[in-house]
Amino acid sequence: MLNVIVCIKQVPDPNKLDMVKIHPVTKTIIREGIPLVINPVDKNAIEEALRLREKHGGRVVVLSMGPPQAREACREALAMGADEAILLCDRALAGSDTLATAYALAKAIEKIGKFDLVLCGSETVDGSTGQVPPQLAEFLGVPHVTRARKLEIKDGKALVESVIEHGYRLVEVELPAVISVVKEINTPRIVSAFGLVEAASKKLEVWTAKDIGADPSMIGLEGSPTAVVDVFKKEFKRMGIVLKGDPEEVVKQALDKLHELGVL
Amino acid sequence: MVVDFTLPEELEILRKSAREFAEKEVAPRVDEMDRTGETPVDLVKRMMELGFGALLIPKEYGGTGLGHLARMIVIEEIARISPALAFALQIVHLGQGPVLYYANEEQKKRWLPKMAKGEIIATAAVTEPTGGSDVRGIQTVAKKKDGEYIVSGRKCFITNVNIANMHGFLAKLEGEGKPKFVWLMVEADAPGVKVGRLEDKVGLRGLGTGELILDNVRVPEENRVGAEGEGLRAALTAISNIGRPGVAAVALGIIRRCLEEAAKYAKTRTLYGKPISELQAIQWYLTDMYVDYETARLVTWYAAWMRDRGMPADAENSLSKFYAVEAAVRSAHKAIQVFGAYGIMREIIPQRLLRDAEVLCSAAGTQEIMRLVMLRKALEFGG
Repeated sequence: MLNVIVCIKQVPDPNKLDMVKIHPVTKTIIREGIPLVINPVDKNAIEEALRLREKHGGRVVVLSMGPPQAREACREALAMGADEAILLCDRALAGSDTLATAYALAKAIEKIGKFDLVLCGSETVDGSTGQVPPQLAEFLGVPHVTRARKLEIKDGKALVESVIEHGYRLVEVELPAVISVVKEINTPRIVSAFGLVEAASKKLEVWTAKDIGADPSMIGLEGSPTAVVDVFKKEFKRMGIVLKGDPEEVVKQALDKLHELGVL
Repeated sequence: MVVDFTLPEELEILRKSAREFAEKEVAPRVDEMDRTGETPVDLVKRMMELGFGALLIPKEYGGTGLGHLARMIVIEEIARISPALAFALQIVHLGQGPVLYYANEEQKKRWLPKMAKGEIIATAAVTEPTGGSDVRGIQTVAKKKDGEYIVSGRKCFITNVNIANMHGFLAKLEGEGKPKFVWLMVEADAPGVKVGRLEDKVGLRGLGTGELILDNVRVPEENRVGAEGEGLRAALTAISNIGRPGVAAVALGIIRRCLEEAAKYAKTRTLYGKPISELQAIQWYLTDMYVDYETARLVTWYAAWMRDRGMPADAENSLSKFYAVEAAVRSAHKAIQVFGAYGIMREIIPQRLLRDAEVLCSAAGTQEIMRLVMLRKALEFGG
């Protein structure tokens, strides 16, 4: 039996990024009018949790923090097959950076109680920091492994293929642990109409900062030591190189350049 | 009571699910379907797994009970990628129609749970070579003998005839006087049941359309849906409440895709040193398509809203089919104009959508029949 908690975040649809506007003062995303979805790699985390439950038994609880409309993301996770969902939703949590978010999630997980595994997506498409899973593990006082592309549970331990540059590490970790996953780990299932109907009768609770006993100085803007100073659009320019000579020579030059750049 | 245009949370999730299925699993197959005309049976099966075949079937019979508006949303999303596959789905629902509306309790328990799982896919075979609009003129005859009907006849333009494992069909009872109609259900592998010629259509390619031949087929009385004499009403109720709105939803998907493709192209194609979206002629095409999409969606959803409340909606169902289909043809044509000469190349999507939209015109009743159904409502305005 395995009790898995999956942390998910509702984010602007990455297919509609051209609609995303940044608030000129707060430097936060203006969400109005943009379709919202479950952060894509968080769906892989849900899928992995469901597969683990199918193999080992147990329960899958989904945890999210966000505005009231994030209920839809929770309901979708239930429709995928999660057993229960909790949404942390409170004005006091607004403006939380990754540290304050990880703290609030940790407090919620303490309230949920005993768990074997916390699964997260490796990073979100809106913030892209990848910081929350390790920070969450620190708050919970458990080990963590990032960027898992394969995960096996055996004898109270997890064997994880953790993706690093140019390869992967094979990591064995004691449970309970926090593990973040990458999209290569699986293909998330598509919600079926049957799952959707079942989800309607599953428990979806909304908790406030008070419900999880959060220290007000640790959450929201006050609990956030980092702030986004500026957001700007990065301009990409291509570096044009003209190779001259006869064809054989040009091909050689091109290959040398590609080797030099590490492409080949 | 306030009119609320917000979609419930569950329908938003259902829309995402249908879109994800269409974009990930259907889109890579669309060209092949258009080229070969072959039905992707695995994708039909997949739609059943995802419960898209169970939208109208009540929960107590193993369905989802999500209803008509949910059905409109799912069909539109799939039609946005493949009108042909969306049409196959809409006919899966149509085949369930006579059972939903006219079957007795025993029959509902026998068939609906299997229909919800996709284990039974039934056609709804009405049209004959004598014409679809003149329903009373059909020549398929059922002779009653020893608790069963012996049926002979030939149906044509029957959608899903190549993938169905059951056929629901309309027959005229043998006898004198005013003709009596029956709706009968028979297994596709029953003796005397044969699929005839499959049509090579210009549009909705990959959707199976063809003949159903019934040669002395024996159908037990317990497979008659509704009473003797109720067959025609069973057929027309299903066509009005399921068939026509289904066509409208397929048309909606076509209009939206036309608008998406045309708008995307207009924003990136440059002429006279600026994107063509800044040329007024192109702008008008785009806004015309936008008007058609929003209007068609409103009438389609309005009719679905009525059906979900059990309100009679024959005129509104016809209105949605009538408007959406013509809007789809118009929009596809305009989208092609936006693409200029590129518009008639096979790799440009709107030319396929124009062919698909044309096929919709006569489906589930011609546009002229739609006008007849709406006429009663129109005349009511005269007091």
